Formats: sequence, C-alpha cells, structure tokens
Amino acid sequence: MKKDIKVPLLFLAPALVLMLIFMILPIFVSFYLSLTDFNVFALVDWSKAKFIGLENYRKLLNDELFWKALKNTLYFVAIGVPCAIIFSLSFAILLNRPDIIGRNLFRVGFYLPHITTTVAIAVVWKWVLNPRYGILNWALSLFGITGPSWLGDPRWAMPAIIMLVVWKGLGYNIIIFLAGLQNIPEHLYEAAQIDGANRWQQLFHITIPLLRPTTFFVTVMTLIGYLQLFAEPYMLTDGGPLNSTLSIVLYMYRQGFKFFNLGYASAIAYVLFGIIFVATLIQMKFRDEEIQY
Amino acid sequence: MKEKIFLIEKIIVHLVVLLGLIVMIAPFLWMLSTSFKSTKAIFRFPPDWIPNNPTLINYTKLFQTLDFLTPFKNTIIVAFSITTLSLLICSMAGYAFAKFQFPGRDKLFLGLLGTLMIPGQITMIPVFLLLKKLGLLNSYLGLILPGLASAFSIFFMRQFIRTIPDELLEAARIDGASELYIFFKIILPLCKPALATLGIFNFTGSWNSFLWPLIIATDEKMYTLPVAIANLGGQYQTEYGLQMAGAVIVVLPVIIVFLMAQKYFIRGITLSGLKG
Repeated sequence: MKKDIKVPLLFLAPALVLMLIFMILPIFVSFYLSLTDFNVFALVDWSKAKFIGLENYRKLLNDELFWKALKNTLYFVAIGVPCAIIFSLSFAILLNRPDIIGRNLFRVGFYLPHITTTVAIAVVWKWVLNPRYGILNWALSLFGITGPSWLGDPRWAMPAIIMLVVWKGLGYNIIIFLAGLQNIPEHLYEAAQIDGANRWQQLFHITIPLLRPTTFFVTVMTLIGYLQLFAEPYMLTDGGPLNSTLSIVLYMYRQGFKFFNLGYASAIAYVLFGIIFVATLIQMKFRDEEIQY
Repeated sequence: MKEKIFLIEKIIVHLVVLLGLIVMIAPFLWMLSTSFKSTKAIFRFPPDWIPNNPTLINYTKLFQTLDFLTPFKNTIIVAFSITTLSLLICSMAGYAFAKFQFPGRDKLFLGLLGTLMIPGQITMIPVFLLLKKLGLLNSYLGLILPGLASAFSIFFMRQFIRTIPDELLEAARIDGASELYIFFKIILPLCKPALATLGIFNFTGSWNSFLWPLIIATDEKMYTLPVAIANLGGQYQTEYGLQMAGAVIVVLPVIIVFLMAQKYFIRGITLSGLKG
C-alpha cells in the first residue's frame, strides 16, 4: 500500500468528476427542481422558473392520474414479484438437479430474453399477444380456450405486461438462485437422507430455509427494478387502455419529456426515489440479520 | 420399483424444463420467422412457423427506404465508446481504491456504493437540462458521457484488483517503473478476465439502453437502434414484418456476443448478484 494522495487522486479524478456532474449534483438539483414550476417556458430561459416550495407535491396528492400510476405500479409489483420469485426459484431447483441433461443449454436458453433489448422484445410480444393472429391465443386455442384481447382490454393489459416482464427476467434470477443453491453444503442433504427425509422434506427443511438470503436479495432487487417499469408499457400500450398500464416512470416521462413540466416530473421522480429508498433500507436491515450456516 | 419411480420423475423434470425452454425461445423463433414473411403471410391463421415463401423485403425496406444503417452505426459508436472508456475510467478508480491508502478513502468508497440505490430517473432531468445548455442534445457526447462512470463497475474492478499481490507492484516500483507504467503494463493485463466480463456487461447494457437515448436523441440522425425501432412501431404500426426485422437486427448481435461469451456472462451475473 502506498500512502501518497496525489497518485490515487489522479487515477480517481476522471471517475469522480463524471460521477459528480452526472450523478451527485443532479440528485440535489433534481430535488431543487421539484420545488420549482420549471416548465416549457423555463426550458428556453431558466430564470422563468419560480420557486414554489412543496406545491408540486401537494398537486401530486390531488392528481388522479398520478394515483392511478402509483396504484398500477404497486399492482404490477404485487403480482409480478411473487410470480418472478416462484418461477425462477422452481426452475433453479429443477436445473440444479445433478441428473439434468444439458444444463448449460437450458441456462443459455432461459437467459436469452434478459440480454435482449426490451424494445425489440416488446415489438415481438405485441405480435405474440395479438388477439387474432398471435401465438399466445393460438396456443390457448389448442386447449380450447379463447384468449382475451390482451392489450386492448383494461383488465388484461397489466397481466400481459406482467407476463412479459416475468418471462424476460426469469433467466437472470435463475442464475442467481443457482449460485445460491451451490452454496448449500452437500453434507446437509447427505445427513438428511440418512435420517430418511424425502425430496420434499429436504426441499422445505434445507433448500428453501438456507436459500433465504438469496431469495431475499432477489426479491428486493426485483422489486426495485419493477418499481421502475417503463419500456414495456411505453412500447406495448403507451399506458392504455384507459390508463390501466400507466406506470410511475411512464407518467414521469410524459410530464417531463412530452409536456416539459420538468419541475413536476422531478417531484414524481422524488416520490419514486422515496419508495425505492424505503425498500432498500428494509433490505439493508434484514441483510444485517442474515442467517449464518 | 424405486428405480422406476426415479426414472419417471427424471422424465417429468426434463419435460417441465423443456417446456420452460420452449416458452423462453418461441418468441425469438417467431420473430425470426415473421421477419421473413410478406404482409399477407403474416396474417395467416393458424400461423406458419416456417415461412412458405420467405422474402427479404422487410430487410431491404428497412435499410433502403428507412435507412437503418444510420441508427446501426450510431449504436455501434455509442456502445463501443461507452464500453472502452468506461472500462478505462472505472479500472483506474478501482485501482486507486484497491491499492492506495489515502485519507477518506473508505468513506468515499461507501458513498460511491450508496449511489447504487439512486434510481436513474432522479438524475435524468437535471442531466438533460445540463446537456441542453451545453448544446449536447442530439450528439454522441450527450449519449456517451453520462454512461461512463458507474459505481458498479468501479466496485467490480476494485474487488478484482485487490487480489493482485502488492509485492508485484512494489517490485516494479523498486525497478523504477512509473505509476502509469504499472497501471497499463501490470494491472490492466492482469485484469483481462475481469475486463472481459465487465466489458460484455457494459456493451450489452449500452447496446440495449432505451430511455436515455429516447430523451437525448430527438433528431432522426442521432437515433440508436432501440429508439429507431420504437419509432417504427409508432409509424408503421401494422407492418409487423418490418418491426420484426428491426427487432432481429438489434437482438442478433447481442445474442451472438452472448453465445460466444456466456461463461463471462454467468460470472458477471453471479458476482453482481451476490456481492452487489
């Protein structure tokens, strides 16, 4: 270890300057903006923006569309996160079996949607979900089910988006779960087998409890990611029908970059930040209490 | 008897994961298939998985009429610049955090990690305003600069550089090597596996990035592929073949990189997942 401040500072400088300009300062500026009425006129001349205190936040409280977006996002999270966890955990446990043939092929296949851009995925899914010509309703028709008009029906549009998002992130979560599964000591299973525990008992008494830190981590990361839902509803439904898929970030984008109400949009961003912050704090608190084995 | 039960169980498990695999890749196969179909063939029900009369018309239209070469070029320029510059900048910072002792180092590092929980939407508006003021909307710089320094990349490189023995650096210093020489000729070559992992990560991330280019690139000449495809969806709503061809073009390079480098991918994911 060298104790000289000049050299490390030289190595740090580019990253620090960039972080300061594009990350740290904007956090504060954004908060300040949320206290102003910065709009399309101020965009031309910054001095036109007026300080209005907490007015934007007060307006948010009475903004029906914002509440709708918040409710939609929470609905999306409440259904989407458990689905994501259950599916990825189940597949990870299956893929972790020593007798699985071609595990690598499965891993690659499941991971494919995650690495591809949401925009392209959304284009494809729009067609998959097409009520008349799409493969989803075609597949359902094989079982004698008439599928709904997914994206045209306010009741089904959000479930369709949940399906897409869960599908897309499955492979990522599976890989993290697989890594967690590999950390469970083999001898625990051997001991359980000697004691006569069957597969299900091993699953519920060893695998799932010992996987808890990983499950918790995946849950919170998924939650934080899902709270930022944007590209899927932007591409598939543009928030519709009847605003049933309008998410917080989509609403922020609309206010900020369509109507250029940048002060108001900043307030929305800060509310989102608050929600995510709370989620992160809860995670950190539980992480300290992580079980040891 | 018990053997037989195990065999049946084994078959069921394989069937379940196989079904899962089909669900995961079917949309991609359909995308590929549809991109080679004429408009008439697209609206056939039940759908053909293999086009009857495959046609390149969607691709020729994309590149000739709609000039997809421009967004393709833009995406390549932006993704490559972000990847290489970010690797350089973040490994420099990672090196400073890993191998130097200076006042406030640990606090600075913790603060850096703290920024990981800031959602991108918070910084978006001020950065947009700043870049507008600097006249950098619709410019490569505007697309590239905000993506260069990342707390995660710095953290990732620091973790790796810490495993390089101090003695190696001390020996080089005694031999009179300059700090820059040490960084470029000793540290960076030893970091090849970490740089590859992170590079692939950053590359796919910036290749796929959507919201930021959507905000910064308002002029068609500066569109990246995801933005161009999103616009295609708006303007050519019913031309599914065209949209699919666009999707194939943005997805295919990433899939190829992924298939070649999946070992690194898995490593990157596990690292980011378990230690993040």
